[in-house]
Order: sequence, then C-alpha cells, then structure tokens
Amino acid sequence: MKQKKLLLGDEALALGAIDAGLSGAYAYPGTPSTEILEFVQQNPVACERKIHSHWSSNEKTAMEEALGMSFCGKRAIVSMKHVGLNVAADPFVNSAMTGANGGLLVISADDPSMHSSQNEQDSRFYASFAIIPALEPSDQQEAYDMGAYGFALSEKLGLPVMVRMVTRLAHSRAVVEVEENAAAENQLSYPQKARQWVLMPGNSRVRYRELLAQKDDMERLSEESPFNRLIPGTDTRIGILASGIAYNYVNEAFAGRCPFPVLKISQYPLPKKLVAQLADTCDAILVIEEGQPVIEECMRGLLDRGLKIYGKLDGHLPRTGELTPDSVAAAVAGLIPDMHHKLIRQSGAPADIVVPRPPALCQGCGHRDVYAALNEALESFESPKVFGDIGCYTLGWLAPYNAIDTCVDMGASITMAKGAADAGQHPAVAIIGDSTFTHSGMTGLLDAVNENTPMTLIISDNLTTGMTGGQDSQGTGKLEDICLGLGVSPDHLKTIDSLPKNHEEMKRMFEDEFNYRGLSVIVSRRECIQTARRHAKKAATK
Amino acid sequence: MKTDIILAGVGGQGILSIATILGAAALTDNLYLKQAEVHGMSQRGGDVMSCLRLSSEPIASDLIPMGGADIIVSLEPMEALRYVQWLAPGGWIITNTVPFVNITNYPAEEQLTETLAKYPNVVAFDMDETAKEVATVRSSNMVLLGAAARFTGIPTDKIEDGIRTIFRAKGEKIVESNLAAFRAGVARAAGIEQR
Repeated sequence: MKQKKLLLGDEALALGAIDAGLSGAYAYPGTPSTEILEFVQQNPVACERKIHSHWSSNEKTAMEEALGMSFCGKRAIVSMKHVGLNVAADPFVNSAMTGANGGLLVISADDPSMHSSQNEQDSRFYASFAIIPALEPSDQQEAYDMGAYGFALSEKLGLPVMVRMVTRLAHSRAVVEVEENAAAENQLSYPQKARQWVLMPGNSRVRYRELLAQKDDMERLSEESPFNRLIPGTDTRIGILASGIAYNYVNEAFAGRCPFPVLKISQYPLPKKLVAQLADTCDAILVIEEGQPVIEECMRGLLDRGLKIYGKLDGHLPRTGELTPDSVAAAVAGLIPDMHHKLIRQSGAPADIVVPRPPALCQGCGHRDVYAALNEALESFESPKVFGDIGCYTLGWLAPYNAIDTCVDMGASITMAKGAADAGQHPAVAIIGDSTFTHSGMTGLLDAVNENTPMTLIISDNLTTGMTGGQDSQGTGKLEDICLGLGVSPDHLKTIDSLPKNHEEMKRMFEDEFNYRGLSVIVSRRECIQTARRHAKKAATK
Repeated sequence: MKTDIILAGVGGQGILSIATILGAAALTDNLYLKQAEVHGMSQRGGDVMSCLRLSSEPIASDLIPMGGADIIVSLEPMEALRYVQWLAPGGWIITNTVPFVNITNYPAEEQLTETLAKYPNVVAFDMDETAKEVATVRSSNMVLLGAAARFTGIPTDKIEDGIRTIFRAKGEKIVESNLAAFRAGVARAAGIEQR
C-alpha cells in the first residue's frame, strides 16, 4: 500500500535506497548532494536499523567505505557533489574493475550554472569513462524508484551504478508515491569472483576483458529500461532527444502535448536502437540535455556529417549554464517558426535598478576577525600572496576583505602556498577551514613539514562544515594534535580565538610567523555563529 | 486551477517558511505541487528565490517560465523587482517595503518606490511594522503570507491549518502569534485593487 510524501529530489533518492534495503550511506557534504545523507541520518527506519550515516573525511574515503560494504554483500550508497567525484575518482574508476557484490549506487550531484561550485562539469562522462551504467532521473518520483531499480541493476551486472542528479531536481520538492515498508537488508556475503577484487595486472587484464564484454549487457538493459522511452509524434520535422530533467522542460513547453517524437533518456549507456528509431523517423534531431553536450557530441561524431543535429554546439541552446523552460521553448521555436506563438510567452523587461546581492560572511563570523587581522599583518610586506580554499571563508575574496588570491579545489591552499614558497614567494600564506583541512589538507601539510617550507598556514576553525549547512567536521578537537603528529614544530604551532578583542594579538602572531622563514601553523578558532545559534536554541528548549 | 509563485528575499529572512506552509496547505487541498529552491551559498545574506508551483494538473518543470509567474511574493522590495521578467501579464507583486541594505550600491528607496509604482497590480506596505503591531518583527514573513493569501488560489482556512501544522512543535504561543500576523496581512491586502 503506497503512501504519499513531499520530498526533495535528494530526499526521494535517499528514501528509495532505504526502502530498497540500504545498509550504509557514505558522503562528504557538497551542494547539491548534502541532503541525501542528512535524510538518512534523520529517517526513523534508518535509525532503527542502524544504517551507517556518519560523514566521511572526504569523497575518496566515502567511496572506498561504500565499496567495502559492497564487498561484504550489503547495499550501499555514496553521495557527493560533481567535483567530489574528482576526489573519489581513483576508487570510483577502479570499482568498475572490482565490480560490486552488494548493490552499490554512486550518486553524483551536478551543479549546472555553478550555483555553489567552481565549475559545471558533467558526471556522465565519468560513468562512460569507468564503463558502468548511469541513471539520470527526470523527476522526484523517478529518483525514488531508481533506489530499488538501481540496486537491482547493480547486483544483476555486478557493477556499481551511477545516479546523476542536478541542482534543480536535487533541491526541488514534489509529492512522491513511496512504499509503505522498507525491504529487508542483504545478509553478509562474499564475492563469488574473488580475483577481480585484487587489482594486480594479471587479474586486471582478465577482468578488463570481462568488463568490456559486459558493455553489450549494459546496452541491452538500456534498450529495455522503463526509464528510456520513445514517445511517438506525428510531426517529424524534428525529433527531440531529452535526457533527465530536460524532459520536463519539453513537456512544459508543449503543455504535455508535444507533436514531435520524443526520446526520453534516463539510463545510460545510450540505447542505440531507440536513438536509431528516432533518427529514422525524423528529418533532424534536437538534443536537449542538462550539463555538457555529452549526448550531442556522441550524436554528431567527429565529422558531424550524418543526420542533422541541433543543440548546444550550434547555439540553439545556451552552451553554458543550466537549462530553463524558456531556453528549451526558444530552441524549438527557433527551429519550428510556425510554433513560435504557441511556445514563446509575453514577458516584461527587467527592472534596471536591481543590483546583484552576492552572499557575504555572516555578521559575527569568526572568519571576519581572521581576515581583518591578516590584511593588517600583511600591510608591511611588498607582495604577499594568500592562497585560499573552499568553504565560507572563500567569501573573503569579496569586499570588504579582498583577502585571497587563489581558490582552486579542496586543500589547494596549502599545496599551492608550498609551490609558491618553493618558487621564492614570501610571504606565502595559506588559509583553510577545519573540514577542508581534514578533507585534503593534511597530506599537503606533510609535504611542507618534510621540507620545512617557509610558509604560514592559517586554519580558520569554526568547528563545523559551514557552507553546506553546519555538518559535523571530522577533525574537531584534534587539529593541533594532527599538526604535531604530522611533525609541525611545537614552537611554530599557535592557537588563538578569532575574536575582535584579540585583533592586535592575532595581528602580531601572524606577523611573527610570516617573518619566520620556516613552516608555521596558526589555528584561529571560534564556533560558527549559525551552528552556535542552533545549539543555543536546542539547549533552551530542553 | 494553477498558481505559479515566485518567493523572494534575502538569505535568513524566512522566505522558505512561507513556501513550506503554502506547500502543506496545497497538499490538503489535493493539488499537485513542485517547489524549487537553491541551498548552500544563499544562506549567507545573498538573494534567495524559490519557485512554488501549484496546480490541479500534473506539473512538468520545477522552474517557472518567464511570463508565467502569477504572483511574486517578496520580503524585500529590491528582491521583488529582481523577478519582474517572470511576472505574467496581469500578475501581482506582493512585497514588504522595508529595504535590507547589506550591499554598498543599494538603490535609493525613492527609486524602488517609483519603480514599483509602474506595475499595475501591487500590494506593498511595511510588513515589519504590521508584524510589530500584532506580534513580533520576526513574523513579518507571516504578514507577507497573509497579504499574498487571496492571490494563491488556496482557501485562507487551509493556509491557517498549514501554519498550525508547521509551527505546532514550537508551541501554542508561536502558533497564535503567527496566525495574528497572518490575519493582519490578509486585512491589509483586502481592499487593494488593480491600479
């Protein structure tokens, strides 16, 4: 007996996995995927069954942990934002070689338009790179259904399966029909084919041929998939290929009555036969996909001499940024002018007086005190450089602080400062948060320790993973010990509270360590004001 | 029926609570619903926007097309104007008039008032003041909800049920306070007609 629940796309996927007998969820916070693990953490069934739902240090450890659970025959999910897959890439690609024993879903949430990311890379490339199937839900109901379907697919093929989410589905709510009860979890069991789990060349060579041979099965399952559908249409001037949420925008444009044949794609590898059917019936194909032109490039091939293809690469759809119902309607209207009046709505001009309102560090944030002291401490130097990192403190690039010169990827503050110091840069300052430090800063710090690199690392510790909403940080209470353990000299490991009243002391501390021609680490600490408020509220209501 | 609503404000103002209540109310009214929002960066004093789509038919896109928004509901006057391209012909703008100035190049208040006056269908008043009169300034978002209520297509009593449901856990006092603010908003918007 099904129930109805109002769920975000992320939540629907998490619940789908729980209802399909999930045993473990692994993740590192990252927009727009964070809500997946958060949902598991507070779901009553998950709590009762003690389904693993603790945050991992980074996406690589999360991926490997999920793989370990899969090795033991139980169903696991690992979730991350798209750039997190870059961090998890080593175990991810090799998990296709080991295969999965218990069903394994690798959920990667892309961020077209980079609402909260450094880029808008497309995770679908990773699935074809690793040679595994991918599922791309069109709506919240499919996201839920793909929990059970994905696990079954994974166990049938003995391979991990990617589920590709995008911001506009992950962070959108709709009513979803869900099972009344969660299925039982798998029991412990070990892989029948043990050799492929030890990736030594001898084993890998055999396994790789088997994986390649499985491509036919993956292709056949795509052809048969309930999530890939060729919907007939009488007007064959164009055929529309729409993947994932692009399908919704097509339906929106035509109020559900599209006259053109539409091929809806939500399972990869691409179903060649269905695509051929579309191509055979139509004069041209418009490819509409969220993200990079993955399908479109495949359709065109290198020579682009076959069937006429329209899409992002010829300007019918914007090359960058997320799809909108407007850009999709405009693309069709551009190709079929006689439908223009049906597709394009009248809309007003923008209001000129509106200005951008970018995010800013909260009033009362400890990072503000760090930047205020840092900027003053650097004033006496001719060409200081500050290497920043990923977190709320990245906002230190904006006015009024304009404090950082780089921000590239998780942990790069420390390692780029080291490289700069190696090049002769002085002062070379790195600023990193506590979560980012345990995510991927520690190994870079070890490099700096081993060469006593003349640089200063400031760890701005707000005791949380702030930007994503205040998740637990894995190194809380251990940061100084970690630094000492890595070999940082106790004489150049300093701690201070990030408070306005400590401004002069912080400034002097920074100056002293900038002038020291070796490695210094300063831990500047104050609880995030948002999490502090939440804790205070909770304590008050107890 | 269908109502496409753009909710706007500044991160931290409480715009998403309005979406939650309307969503709860819509469900009891057996409507289809989609509500899209952006998390993460938006918390940090930046602009926030949510698309709330209600319909008696299944809804396709999570995002509202340009020229498709029946109402813009905003806690902040400049944020209301950010989405005017999405406003449908004949659509209504319901907005608080209190500026949230956390940027250096914020436009002059007179300019905002002037620009808003160009639109025929506007409900704009100081919702912070109204909130303070009947409850606390924190419930200005409930005043906004009340002012917008008659344009949503959802019966007022269902919205009040939504308020009760969503705030039940916070206790009777908060529920009553929010209902008072909601009703004050309804009353303020009651007489306002098209210009």
